[in-house]
Amino acid sequence: MNATAPTATIVDPPLGRRASATQVAMIATALVAAALLPLVVTSPSRLNLAILVLMAAQLGVAWNIVGGYAGQISLGHAAFFGVGAYTATILFMNHGVSPWLGIPLGGLVAASIGVIVGWPCFRLKGHYFAMATIAIAEIVQIFFTNWEYAGAAVGLSLPMTQRGWSVMIFNDKASYYWLALGLLVFSLAVNFVIEKSFLGYYFRAIKDEPDAARSLGVGLLVFKQIALFASSFLTALGGGLYAFKELYIDPPSVLSTGLSIKMALAAILGGVGTLFGPLVGGVVLTAIEEGSRSFFGGSGRGTDLILYALIIIGVAIYYPRGIVGWFVERRARRQAKSLRSEVVDVAG
Amino acid sequence: MPTTDILLQTLLSGILIGLIYALVAIGLTIIFGVMDVVNFSHGEFLMLGMYSSFWLFALFALDPILTLPLTTMILFAFGYALYRLVIRRITDAPMLSQIFTTFGLMILLRGLAQFFWKPDFRSITHSSVEGTLSIGGIQIGMPQFVAGIGAIVVTVAVHQFITRTKTGAALEATASDRDAARLMGIDSQKMFALAWGLGAACAGVAGGLLSTFFPIFPEVGANFILIAFVVVNLGGFGSIAGAFWAGIIVGLVEVFGGLLIGPQYKLAIVLALFLAMLMWRPQGLLGKA
Repeated sequence: MNATAPTATIVDPPLGRRASATQVAMIATALVAAALLPLVVTSPSRLNLAILVLMAAQLGVAWNIVGGYAGQISLGHAAFFGVGAYTATILFMNHGVSPWLGIPLGGLVAASIGVIVGWPCFRLKGHYFAMATIAIAEIVQIFFTNWEYAGAAVGLSLPMTQRGWSVMIFNDKASYYWLALGLLVFSLAVNFVIEKSFLGYYFRAIKDEPDAARSLGVGLLVFKQIALFASSFLTALGGGLYAFKELYIDPPSVLSTGLSIKMALAAILGGVGTLFGPLVGGVVLTAIEEGSRSFFGGSGRGTDLILYALIIIGVAIYYPRGIVGWFVERRARRQAKSLRSEVVDVAG
Repeated sequence: MPTTDILLQTLLSGILIGLIYALVAIGLTIIFGVMDVVNFSHGEFLMLGMYSSFWLFALFALDPILTLPLTTMILFAFGYALYRLVIRRITDAPMLSQIFTTFGLMILLRGLAQFFWKPDFRSITHSSVEGTLSIGGIQIGMPQFVAGIGAIVVTVAVHQFITRTKTGAALEATASDRDAARLMGIDSQKMFALAWGLGAACAGVAGGLLSTFFPIFPEVGANFILIAFVVVNLGGFGSIAGAFWAGIIVGLVEVFGGLLIGPQYKLAIVLALFLAMLMWRPQGLLGKA
């Protein structure tokens, strides 16, 4: 066997790794397997569960760009989700705009709002920023709850007069599944490109060493805005898809602070600032939620809430780096250890 | 144009509800000031205070005003124990862990309340403070009036405790410089636990005072937590006097905003004020820069 060249990776840095051929093959296999799932799983309720997983993961991935990579803890992302859902729904219902155009337009509306509110909010740090985002999202919810044109508190129901790919309304779950999968892959790709480009480095600099980054001439506001733009755009796409999947939206379902927290939670549970962390987090979070709901939920006594809360607290206290973060850390430790023993061998 | 009577009545009810907001926020600001942790479960402390009053009333027929000292003690013990069991582990953790721990506690306490006491709306009827009070042409509910007075008494007592006693001084020392305080022989763990006990007790008293006129249910804290954040921020994180005045301001903004623009926008107006304040003076009215 060839000895490892000295230039090869010594200790895998947790971020900025180059993907190897095996990793590419693994991802391709996973993608194909995921795309073929509806052919195997035909039960609508199970497929629906799979869609929920994909959508939760997609929102975690979207949140991760601004909350994980750039380290700006937003607890108001439901505002983007809701604006995306409402824009696509209203455009379709009142103006006959196809969701293929309406959903991206919703993304642009949400991202524009993001940039407008980001301008004053990004001057705030830590707790202040988090609270400002909650306040903004609550104001947006109150606004929609009282806006007659948007259905006010009653909400909006999409008509089921047409069906098919052109209007994104289907009888079967499989089509929604593929759409959700496509959106997730797209979001992951955006995340991947950001992580690998110069943007990724700037975001991490903003997060870890804001003062040093500023002193090196990194315009903090511009890069925070870029992160928020991408994040809010993707979140709103998720909102648009949600509207066409559920065919009904109202302020509590698409604009609540609970939803904002859930997006952040998927990323945190899996590992903030990692590419696949939010994906893992979305899977685990949905499994916990739906699992505890179907086991205990019928009692209406909050057992599902209790379990959910205990897991949140446990992860926050004992695994603050999340599931993926924990694995990466463990592997780095092991590699460092084996490297040390190699050095000892050579020296001995 | 509203009449003078209506304006006066609005003014008084704004001040009275503002005093309750102030009391809730003082608990939050003590915890934040001493520990730098934002307690998202603070509204649930208030909810527990309400249930404490309710059950003492329902099971033992004890009047909610008479049981206030007991409710205070129960909530103090609860906050203290919560620190020892859970919060102790996140004192030096990253902000993300802190936010999600207290956020998890919020869901947990709501879930437990639902589990043990059902999601029903409950209320205390026939307490010692029923009826209305008329001063001139102004009508004010007796429970609201008593609650406002009670809030002032407790606020003054807490302020005296912190500024006039040795323990209070130790608490303040820990708030301004943890490490220096430790070098002076102040056990910061004890002070943190005390802050959580005191913070929970303030929310508990506020809950007890509210229980005579506000419905009691597991999610009731949600109505108060956002406002408490606004008040704490407006007054300056960690400032008790600031929280007191900010509470009254927020109460007034809420009722007058509701009167002029519409009651459904009350919270939005308060939040807009909060955002404006954040941009203009993030350290709050009486906070240090």
